Amino acid sequence: MRITRLFRVEQPAERPFTWGDVIVLLVIITLIYAGVRLAYNAPPAVRGPEISLAPGTLPWYTFRSLGRMAAAYALSMAFSLVYGYLAAYSRRAEQMLLPLLDVLQSVPILSFLPVVLLSFSAILPQAIAAEFAAIVLIFTSQVWNITFAWYQSLTTIPKELREVSDVFRLGWLRLRTLELPFAAISLIWNSMMGWAGGWFFLMAAEIFTVGDRDFRLPGLGAYLQAAANRGDLRAVGFGIGTLVVLIVVLDQLVWRPLLAWSDRFKLEMVENRTPPTSWFYDAWRTSRMAHWLGARVAYQVLEAAEGWIGRRLAVTVASSSGSRAGRWGWYAALALGAAGLLYGSARAVEVLLRIPPGQWAAIGVGLIATLLRVTAALAIALAWTVPLGVAIGSSPRLATWLQPVIQVTASVPATALFPVFVLALAALPAGLNLAAVLLMLMGTQWYLLFNIIAGASAIPQDLKYTSALLQLDRRERWRTLVLPALFPYIITGAITASGGAWNASIVAEYIEFGGRTLSTVGIGALISHATASGDYPLLLAATLAMVATVVTVNRLVWRRLYGVAAERYRME
Amino acid sequence: MADTAPLLELRHVGQSYGVGARRFVAVQDVSLSVSEGEFVTLVGPSGCGKSTLLRIITGLQRPTEGQVLYRGQPLRGVNPHATIVFQTFALFPWLTVQQNVEIALKARGISPAVRTARAVDLLDRVGLDGFESAYPRELSGGMRQKVGFARAMAVEPELLCLDEPFSALDVLSAESLRGDLLELWTTGRIPTRAILMVTHNIDEAVFMADRVVVMDKDPGRVVADLPIGLPHPRNRKSLDFLAVVDHVYATLAGETGPEPVELGGAPGGPGRIRSLPHITIHALTGLIEHLAERPGLRADLHRLDDDLGVDTDHLLRLTDATELLGFATVAQGDITLTPLGETFAEASILVRKEIFATRIRRLPIFTWLLSLLRAAKGQRLEWSVVLAALELEFPAEEAERQLDTIVNWGRYAEVLAYDDSAEVLYLEPVGSTATGPIPA
Repeated sequence: MRITRLFRVEQPAERPFTWGDVIVLLVIITLIYAGVRLAYNAPPAVRGPEISLAPGTLPWYTFRSLGRMAAAYALSMAFSLVYGYLAAYSRRAEQMLLPLLDVLQSVPILSFLPVVLLSFSAILPQAIAAEFAAIVLIFTSQVWNITFAWYQSLTTIPKELREVSDVFRLGWLRLRTLELPFAAISLIWNSMMGWAGGWFFLMAAEIFTVGDRDFRLPGLGAYLQAAANRGDLRAVGFGIGTLVVLIVVLDQLVWRPLLAWSDRFKLEMVENRTPPTSWFYDAWRTSRMAHWLGARVAYQVLEAAEGWIGRRLAVTVASSSGSRAGRWGWYAALALGAAGLLYGSARAVEVLLRIPPGQWAAIGVGLIATLLRVTAALAIALAWTVPLGVAIGSSPRLATWLQPVIQVTASVPATALFPVFVLALAALPAGLNLAAVLLMLMGTQWYLLFNIIAGASAIPQDLKYTSALLQLDRRERWRTLVLPALFPYIITGAITASGGAWNASIVAEYIEFGGRTLSTVGIGALISHATASGDYPLLLAATLAMVATVVTVNRLVWRRLYGVAAERYRME
Repeated sequence: MADTAPLLELRHVGQSYGVGARRFVAVQDVSLSVSEGEFVTLVGPSGCGKSTLLRIITGLQRPTEGQVLYRGQPLRGVNPHATIVFQTFALFPWLTVQQNVEIALKARGISPAVRTARAVDLLDRVGLDGFESAYPRELSGGMRQKVGFARAMAVEPELLCLDEPFSALDVLSAESLRGDLLELWTTGRIPTRAILMVTHNIDEAVFMADRVVVMDKDPGRVVADLPIGLPHPRNRKSLDFLAVVDHVYATLAGETGPEPVELGGAPGGPGRIRSLPHITIHALTGLIEHLAERPGLRADLHRLDDDLGVDTDHLLRLTDATELLGFATVAQGDITLTPLGETFAEASILVRKEIFATRIRRLPIFTWLLSLLRAAKGQRLEWSVVLAALELEFPAEEAERQLDTIVNWGRYAEVLAYDDSAEVLYLEPVGSTATGPIPA
């Protein structure tokens, strides 16, 4: 059986720069400033709990890590549903929420880690602070994609189905009958991607050590890093094995059944010839107990709940008509928010102005160095994934052999392996530099590979026959058929990949290892260094600079290429 | 009439979009009433606003002008006594047939036991017993629409609105469903008090309705309200039936006017600007060739759609185009090829292009665009620039369709060219056109 996975972050359409973007910019500056401001009061030294390397502790650590992921995911879903609903149905909210979504979707989330950790530890007890920081980080990494998927589904519901809901006055039943089913497939795909990304961030967030501040959380990521730090290869093996098993189990017992189940939510009125399948789902569906649970318990509970909510809602709708007070409250909140934004941004600018030119130069150099690393990682990834992806995509036999292997390998988050790279490469000259590029590569190549496989297997057979009949030589065939056909897939993969690479720079360019501090030139190293030395203005400036750079690159390069790909190289 | 208020009454209803210079009227001053026991159909070319009118009547859309009265009361929000059956069926693909019917009842807070019984009974009545647990995608088009009818009946509407309910079905399914609906209606087995059906199939309208309301476009308005006095069941072959069909066609297609009226004004200029019918050159030459083979070079419009296998809407757009280009004239429900049309039918491919080019150069919209292009730097204009200019005359969607048609016709006639990757319109270099040099 072949599975082609497309890793794709839905891209908002190109839109002109609006006043909404200005506000978004101010919001981000204010948020980071507020975080940095709080960080001034962060305790100067933090000691994390001891991480035990005994294999017996692994189940407990696994449970803790899984709990963080689940908490962040639940938070993301709840947030997404509300945010997407507002953006889709309120014209005024949309003007604000969409640009915010657009920018936050492309911001390198890990660059917030130091600010979030420091500010949380200033206001919360230490154990809770690190826990919250990890959850917030995972939340921010996955929430935007899910929100955008939900928003996009809501705005693309066919007009007739909407009209039917209105004519039959479905009211709040619309959510369960129309909106959630319509969005189900997209929500599940984006949730899967969100979880894959979440592991990456969790592994990084469970240990963050800079100077005297040692933030750590008992969990799989911390276990792996501690193991690598002490050179305990056996423990590294146990850790990675546990992680792989956990990810495979989740895939088999949660995501694949969900995908198989969600096939019914396709809008197409034709039967799918190769629907997604899942042995677990099939077993569940045919089991008696599941049938009983579904038909008796779930159905009754749902009916009762819906009847109850329906009656409740009918009452509230009737009573909440014409609320002048509500409107004034809204205006007051707006005014307060605007004042807060102006104050925060002004203070942030004030702090930035105090930064000496030498540090700005360092930020510039760091940005260029990291950009070069990201580009190198992308180039290397392209160089090997294009030929292999095309080979797999056009040969079913190769696919059946390699696909499972690749899927398991790809499921290991790169950040989990990073300590191992460092262990292996630290002795070499420029070892960290090499390890950093390697980490970026590990974080990015799979997105490209999977997309290229999907693209190659989508090349129409007629075109392949035609190019064979025309006796195009290898070079000509690649130029006229393969590369143009792959272009949209490569671009969608590369957008996700470059985001991952920028994120990786935070953990890859500066590392405390075996009692030593290794660092290389780069914006990530600068951010970590600022965190370690408590240089908060520098932390603010470097974080803002990185966010600005990535957003600009996205706008100027990726978004445009995406437009070209969608316009010209689309296969219909 | 004063003591018995009609079921539904529209008073000077109008619908327009946009503001200021970009204000477009979709429906203008429509007054219409439907009484209990009536089956009324709305016919008209696409873009005449008949579907918009249906949405206004059900309360899905608020008219910008005028009033909708239901049983003498002004309508606010969605009409609880009306429902719609959609052309695209609009079934929820993730619900089973039975759930699709039940959802309408569930929204009214009816208990599970009652609604299940009612849904099963309705499905039984439309002949879908045994398919209760099937999903819509497992059904044929005709069966899907039966679910659509069953769902509409479930809420026992007084006013049943049908939005081209049969046009997405194959011929046989459509015919059998029409029969089913008529039987339910004429025998009074459904509590429905009136039916309002939008269609572009004139044969269907005359076959089913008590009254045919004819609409025209630019702007959408009612041009005729014709009572059909034939008793049910109606015989499509009878002379009376054919006479009525012919009459409706004649009303709908109008008569070819004098040339200045047919051509209309240019964008930016005075007078109503004539929109180009959205058709392909293939279909147009197909129609002309078909007419050229007919005795007397003429044909009955209502026979043509069967002969050519196109729907009425498409046929009207085609006849519109032949009139506009001077290839044929329409009068009293007949279309007749002009001598020019005859020459075109007999010409070779290259000569056809020449004739076509001379004809479209006369169209004000082409004259306007060609002079714009000639004045432009390098005789090139960006697609978006031309589109923006057209958007002053047409609603955004229509403007794009117009430009598509202009490019399509212009490319065929080789009077202009379009580069898709640069999105630029430009004049064919002088000498390469089939029509020779362009007059300066």
